[in-house]
Amino acid sequence: MEDNNMEESEQKLEIEVAPALITVHPAQESVSVAVGSNLRVFNLKDGCGVKLIDENGGHKDSIRAIRYSKSGHLLVSAGDDKLVKIWGTNSWRCVHSVVSEKRVSALAISNDGMFVCFADKFGVVYVVDIGGDYDFENAAVAKKKAFPILSHYCSIITRLEFSPDGRYIVSADRDFKIRVTLFPKKPENGAHEIHSFCLGHTEFVSCLAFVSSKDYPNGFLVSGSGDSTVRLWDYASGSLLDTCDVGAEAGNLHSNGKQEDILSAVTDLCATSDGSLVAVAIQSLPGIMLLKCKLYSRTLSVAKVVHVAGETFIPTSLGASSSVPLLWMVMGASSSNIHDFESLARVRVVSGFTTTNDSESLVSEKLVLADKEVPGGEPLLQALQGKLTIGKEAFVMAAEAVQTSMRNLLIKKQYSAERREFRKRGRNDKKNQTID
Amino acid sequence: MLEHESISNLTHSKTTGLPRKRFYRARAHSNPLSDSHFPVPISPSQFDYTLHYPKINSSKKIEFADIGCGFGGLLISLSTLFPDKLMIGMELRDKVTEYVKERILALRVSNPGQYENVSVVRTNSMKYIPNYFEKGQLSKMFFLFPDPHFKEKNHRRRVISPHLLDEYAYVLRVGGIIYTITDVEELGVWMKSCLDGHPLFEAVSEDELEADPVVKLLSTATEEGQKVARNEGQTFRAVFRRTAPCVLD
Ligand SMILES: C[S@@+](CC[C@H](N)C(=O)[O-])C[C@H]1O[C@@H](n2cnc3c(N)ncnc32)[C@H](O)[C@@H]1O
Repeated sequence: MEDNNMEESEQKLEIEVAPALITVHPAQESVSVAVGSNLRVFNLKDGCGVKLIDENGGHKDSIRAIRYSKSGHLLVSAGDDKLVKIWGTNSWRCVHSVVSEKRVSALAISNDGMFVCFADKFGVVYVVDIGGDYDFENAAVAKKKAFPILSHYCSIITRLEFSPDGRYIVSADRDFKIRVTLFPKKPENGAHEIHSFCLGHTEFVSCLAFVSSKDYPNGFLVSGSGDSTVRLWDYASGSLLDTCDVGAEAGNLHSNGKQEDILSAVTDLCATSDGSLVAVAIQSLPGIMLLKCKLYSRTLSVAKVVHVAGETFIPTSLGASSSVPLLWMVMGASSSNIHDFESLARVRVVSGFTTTNDSESLVSEKLVLADKEVPGGEPLLQALQGKLTIGKEAFVMAAEAVQTSMRNLLIKKQYSAERREFRKRGRNDKKNQTID
Repeated sequence: MLEHESISNLTHSKTTGLPRKRFYRARAHSNPLSDSHFPVPISPSQFDYTLHYPKINSSKKIEFADIGCGFGGLLISLSTLFPDKLMIGMELRDKVTEYVKERILALRVSNPGQYENVSVVRTNSMKYIPNYFEKGQLSKMFFLFPDPHFKEKNHRRRVISPHLLDEYAYVLRVGGIIYTITDVEELGVWMKSCLDGHPLFEAVSEDELEADPVVKLLSTATEEGQKVARNEGQTFRAVFRRTAPCVLD
């Protein structure tokens, strides 16, 4: 019974709100945005919005994760309606619809396009063998079976990510855990071999990204958390390499003496394809923080904050292709409580999202593109935002709704004194960190 | 933690100085899924050994873990059987954990030089094992008379399950042993089948079980085991070894 109560209250909290999501085709041939149950795709090759074809009429409830495969042949979307939808990016047809027992919180596609993995609200990760994504669209529409492969005991999994070499699947949860598991050749039998745990965050882990380069092909892992830090990990051993307290940095920016008011949970991360820069979205920071990541010295440091002029733009999700140096950001939320903004989303793009060569001058060249400079221009904004111009008032209200919703989503009820103590200790521990 | 003493004479027997169990009675079953609040080390390197084992050289690491240790009978027996090994009990119920702490402290006082290698923490082992132990740190794990959770929908609360075995395999070194025993036949069958089905565990042979002094303690050393023995109940045992992963996956 207690069990059910827990599930229900979790559910209520979760159903309330869904932040808008953005993801970019690896060659930037298309961009997808999800707001609530709404999946919007803009085809940049043809310069037009995409009409998705789905016999079952698309998603019925909030979408929680969207992703392209590495080759770009498919797009996967999943969420609260317990459906994992796999779309071909040529026909934009829903080729498979996999049914999950519980609501889906995270997605990953193996680098070779053979497997789709998804995590449900009970912390169980499932694998679906889709047999490769190349000739995928000609495959018959069929029911694919999902097999459970691993589990975080009753914690919600927030992110799933494959390592650059495809050997490991990394899962992060709402309890502060990051687990690195060997992804076996036959994953249907389970992924039993835990390679490491990356432990150090003192709050929920909200996002993961790999940073890798030619010199460091296997790269390192970065994670963002409700403890307002971004951390760099050697995921092979689980050891913490560096911690960047982005919350403190964001707080300093608001030097109006109200530092306490800054809700500085990290909401999303996006790394450049050479691993040299990591963009960080912070719960109530207008704009985007860029961290410099030095793989040879294994350090993370704040490079700069890019502000968005003229509007309070707090990104809820970030995306980038692997070939074009643009950072795509969306701000938006859908919620049963804020009907008016059901489908509101704002898309902005930052240029110069690429290698920095450590030169400060290059770092300062990051520019937020004006609407007409955004690839795809106004038709893209029309398609992804729902409408072209967002009234100033609506925008302010949407910004508030987003902040409230992010708070609801990310901050767990009240902390007991004990837990606060625990968090404090975590902060002090960081100061005594050693690299091993 | 073990140092701070707040228990009055009332709760301790005047003659033996040991804590009286009846003052530490708690609800028989705990729900491991409900969110509780107790401190958890952020990572194994931050687990404070000096608090738990003040007389032991700090470079030593815990090797045995008794999961759901209850009133701690097994640990007390193991402590003198393996005086060189550090061991810890993990228990979810607060009062039961307090009892075990007091029991260990009292034994240390009445037997100077002994029981310094044993301690207990209050924690939810189903969530926090990786916070306490590094990869391959443990050589023995014990699951004695765990809560049965009969209903199908509660099976995921069982402390042995296919997915939790992944974590146990992670903290156990290759060659390390996992000991399980229960008086509930259905649970015994379940635990054995979970272990049989796991690629990183193999059954320990009957000959080895005969030779292992620990095996005899499984049914005799703990409070639950003694209760079952008094009622002449049957027990179901599964003892498995952590194996090296097959290179071909
Ligand atoms: C039936 S008792 C057995 C105790 C002891 N092993 C014995 O044989 O006497 C099971 C114990 O496991 C504890 N327990 C249950 N779930 C637990 C969890 N998730 N973490 C730690 N202890 C747990 C219970 O509080 C209880 O004390």
